[in-house]
Amino acid sequence: MTLKRTDILLCCGSGCVSAGALKVKKKLLELFEQKDITSEINIIETGCMGPCDYGPVMMVYPEGVFYKTVGVDDLEELVEEHFLKGRPLKRLMLQEEERIFATKKDIPFYQKQVKVALEHCGYIDPESIEEYIAVGGYEALGKVLTEMDPQKTIETIKESGLRGRGGGGFPTATKWAFTRKASGSPKYVICNGDEGDPGAFMDRSILEGDPHRVLEGMMIAAYSIGANKGYFYIRAEYPLAIKRIKNAIEKACEYGLIGENIFGTDFSFDAEVRTGAGAFVCGEETALIASIHGERGQPNAKPPYPSDSGVWQKPTLVNNVETLANVRTIILKGADWFAKMGTEASKGTKVFALTGDVKNTGLVEVPMGITLRELIFDVGGGIVDGKKFKAVQLGGPSGGCLTADHLDTSIDYESLTEKGAMMGSGGIIVMDDANCMVNVAKFFLEFSLEESCGKCTPCRVGLKQMYSMLERITSGEGKPGDIEELESLGNSIKALSLCGLGQTAPNPVLSTIRYFRNEYISHIEDKSCNTKVCLDLMHFLIDKDKCIGCSLCSRKCPVSCIPGSREEKYEIIQEECVKCGTCMEVCPVNAISKLPGISEELRSEKTEPSDYRSLYT
Amino acid sequence: MYDEILKKYEPKKENLIYILHEIQDNHPEQYIPEDAVMEVSRYLSIPSNHIYGVMTFYTMFSTKPRGKYIIRLCESPPCFLRGSENLLRKLRELLNIKLGETTPDKKFTLELCACLGVCGNAPVMMINEDVYGDLNEEKVEAIIEKLGGQQ
Repeated sequence: MTLKRTDILLCCGSGCVSAGALKVKKKLLELFEQKDITSEINIIETGCMGPCDYGPVMMVYPEGVFYKTVGVDDLEELVEEHFLKGRPLKRLMLQEEERIFATKKDIPFYQKQVKVALEHCGYIDPESIEEYIAVGGYEALGKVLTEMDPQKTIETIKESGLRGRGGGGFPTATKWAFTRKASGSPKYVICNGDEGDPGAFMDRSILEGDPHRVLEGMMIAAYSIGANKGYFYIRAEYPLAIKRIKNAIEKACEYGLIGENIFGTDFSFDAEVRTGAGAFVCGEETALIASIHGERGQPNAKPPYPSDSGVWQKPTLVNNVETLANVRTIILKGADWFAKMGTEASKGTKVFALTGDVKNTGLVEVPMGITLRELIFDVGGGIVDGKKFKAVQLGGPSGGCLTADHLDTSIDYESLTEKGAMMGSGGIIVMDDANCMVNVAKFFLEFSLEESCGKCTPCRVGLKQMYSMLERITSGEGKPGDIEELESLGNSIKALSLCGLGQTAPNPVLSTIRYFRNEYISHIEDKSCNTKVCLDLMHFLIDKDKCIGCSLCSRKCPVSCIPGSREEKYEIIQEECVKCGTCMEVCPVNAISKLPGISEELRSEKTEPSDYRSLYT
Repeated sequence: MYDEILKKYEPKKENLIYILHEIQDNHPEQYIPEDAVMEVSRYLSIPSNHIYGVMTFYTMFSTKPRGKYIIRLCESPPCFLRGSENLLRKLRELLNIKLGETTPDKKFTLELCACLGVCGNAPVMMINEDVYGDLNEEKVEAIIEKLGGQQ
């Protein structure tokens, strides 16, 4: 191995790859070849570094310079300046107004973060077991196998206060203890890599960025409960994560870290990857187990819990990726160290996926107990385009919406549940004031409706009924009493559904009714969508005083509903308008505006809703 | 004709999903034809209706022939908030097909899928195994054109 003078850590998480990171690597290698410096510089493909919005990103060591949105066209200059002349290129650094953030620790996005599960994500090459071992990999496994018995391991996890990171927040040690106590053998461990809620991609990033850490966590769990076999259940939509975990298992086998008598002890272990084929509900543990069996991924009533009867009807421990990723650090740094972070009941850190209308989208890890305000405004950098914060959806389609009044809520399992939201697996979808909450709720509900497996009636039929009501409301057919009926139906579905999907699916509707009731009322009573999102409850209008009669709108209108002349000016026939907005876009003098509510012309003779929907089906 | 694939797996029901994946990935039209279902049914000794039940439950399996490029537009909430609906309309216009259909030249199939886990770069779509992020209508048009799909 030759020594290199510079290491480039190139983020090859899915976000950066989708932004072109692999092209950047190819071009860099070409340029290094041209300049004859290939032997001096190392390019390491790492997992996700976090700030997906700035992709592709890279860090250059030994200086520690952080470059963002590096395009193929920037590379010639970058190589010339930084790698030949040793002058870091300011142009590609993160800048905000006058300030330049040269290195990672200067960047506000990273300052409030504490990385535990993401410790090595973006820092090591996920395909190299040597790099993982170099940063202390498998030390925790060694310690557990040689110095601690299973009981003591479970106690350590218990003292740390670690709770399941997949959504429920069930104490991890309790789950381990149940499975250990259960009669029946052999026992199994499953790593649930079927991402919790849409919008939360931490599990994927950890699997892709630091696969050995998850494997090590799984093996420690297996040792504690007395299992010798583990399954990684990973969504088929994540081909890279599947590849990385398979590679990790293979390498660990080669190094004797998986197999018989690991570290010279009696403990033997084997792991296998299983994949789904596209079904959201498979994240639910009993559905996941059905899928491993080769069945439709439909949940079963609990009990029996998987800890008594799981894969092949044997005691099975199902843990989320992020939960397992925390285990090794707890073992190495101690339960006290972990328990010092967070709140009374929610210890440690949590990884969140910041998405939506927030400036710094991406993956962040913060101590529990941080407020929503700190997370969205300090770490996330606030709302894009200077718009106003309106709401935040936590926990995806199973979670709930919180408003500006809740920004000072502490992020922990209990506080969020109390406010009508939930931790979920950590998806945080930020919404600005251009969003219609009724429409957002309808969208979330549609998602759950489509993903409902159809097994139990409250979820299958009830969600459909709720959805039809929301469709009526957003198309101007809402009736007094609808809100109350939505609430009562929603609560029944929550109480009667078989699994987590149905028990939480009405949450977005119930929480938006709770906090944005006025928006529902204006949709129903005033037939008006004040954010102008619901097409049936808004309209376009031409201001005849401003119109210059150029006829552009009339000519561009796809349904030819804007008659007029240079003298008489133009007018939209509201009844025929499909609300595509083309006229407003093309008008050279901004004479056309978008207004809330039904147009006066239609208000007097409220007819059938317009036919725009045919465009989408 | 599916022997090659089948004999790689033990005849156990737990292998059903993997066998279906492999048959579909190796079929030039990226779907699972009826004769394959029958062979799998015989091999695993499970009724073909059970196999259909599994196939139609999971969104990634298709019982209809599909194009060379399968476009999966992410329909999850972050992508929706960032305008995936407009992209769907654009794709439909560009390809002149509806959701779930394949272009007559067998080049493109248009589908929706649940979260692709690239939400930081929403809206996103996956074409076969490549993910495209931070999309807008112009980018979608350029990508389709590059793959030879201008109509």
